[in-house]
Amino acid sequence: MSRYFPHPLMFVALLLMWLALTRFSLGHLVLGSAIAMGASWVVGLLRPKRVRIRSWRALIVLFFTVGYDIIRSNIQVAVIIVRDLLGHKRSPGFILLKLRLRDRNALATLAMIITATPGTAWIEHDPEDGRLLLHILDLREEQDWQVLIGDRYELLLMEIFE
Amino acid sequence: MSAIIMNIALTYAQICLIVAFGFATARMLKGPRAQDRVLGLDTLYINAMLLFLVIGVDNGNVFFFEAAIVIAIVGFVATVSLAKFLMRGEVIE
Amino acid sequence: MNSHIETLPLWAAILIAVLLVIGSTLTLLGNIGLLRFRTFYERLHAPTLGVSWGTAAIILASMLMFSLHLGRPVIHELIVGVFVMITAPVTLMLLGRAALRRDRARGLDLNVRRITPPDSKAVDGDEPGPTDEIR
Repeated sequence: MSRYFPHPLMFVALLLMWLALTRFSLGHLVLGSAIAMGASWVVGLLRPKRVRIRSWRALIVLFFTVGYDIIRSNIQVAVIIVRDLLGHKRSPGFILLKLRLRDRNALATLAMIITATPGTAWIEHDPEDGRLLLHILDLREEQDWQVLIGDRYELLLMEIFE
Repeated sequence: MSAIIMNIALTYAQICLIVAFGFATARMLKGPRAQDRVLGLDTLYINAMLLFLVIGVDNGNVFFFEAAIVIAIVGFVATVSLAKFLMRGEVIE
Repeated sequence: MNSHIETLPLWAAILIAVLLVIGSTLTLLGNIGLLRFRTFYERLHAPTLGVSWGTAAIILASMLMFSLHLGRPVIHELIVGVFVMITAPVTLMLLGRAALRRDRARGLDLNVRRITPPDSKAVDGDEPGPTDEIR
């Protein structure tokens, strides 16, 4: 079974994408299944690390946390740009964090979260010692970035992937 | 009534996106460094994609969506290869 | 002239109009930031506004409009959303790294503020210094 379905999650995602792009019918279900099977077999040849989701509950919590944070920081960055137009001062800058995450899939997810959230940009990560260089649009003293990144996201990601 | 509201919103959205288009183009032409130009190009692709989606809503035509997805894919590949070139001076190692 | 717009119920028209206005305004603000910010690393933040809620709002508006117009759920716009959500971080990260590499090659001081967790000494031995330079 696992020889023919090396990546069941990928198979399901590709099949859903095919059905969303076309209209649902039996013919498209069969064709989409065949294409998804072929594509996930090809991905299996590339030998990526298998994604194993250990905690679906944490995944759902993460989804809503990130959704809320993206909405909040969208408003924040919009306000920053308007204030910038009015001539207010900001203090952008780099920060260096230390990550405990080692799983590659978890790191990729964290990179997506940080970049998709306006106001923070992922610049560089060193997989050897877990240093992460971030650029922050408005670096204020009172905000504790270690708590924000480390505790809000990292613990959940560790629960999901590791 | 709903036609008036929708027409105002659609016109506003299209004007906003076209002005945004102009800003991204200005950044692309102005530079000053190579990565600024690539970033301008990337933003230009995203704006074009959004503009196509809005025009699709305006016309009620589903085919604009397909143009939008093609623009998104082409923009992604173009920006990644340009960024890779800036990083190492080679696209494929 | 546009029959699909005239047949929309009023609540849907208001909702779609609000979503369109939010999405396009956020995208415009992001582009203003792209043009106005002074350093490249600040400009790197500007497109994420258009990528996150700019795209999401316009996609939701389009999904709602076509679902009501065609009388069946139309969800293929979600694919654009997922695709943009996955690819935009890749391009921005690559651009950020490329800029960092070029800045280091020119010997620019980036003035990094280091934030270390309380238990970092257990992870490795290095002490955070006040004038810390990244390698």
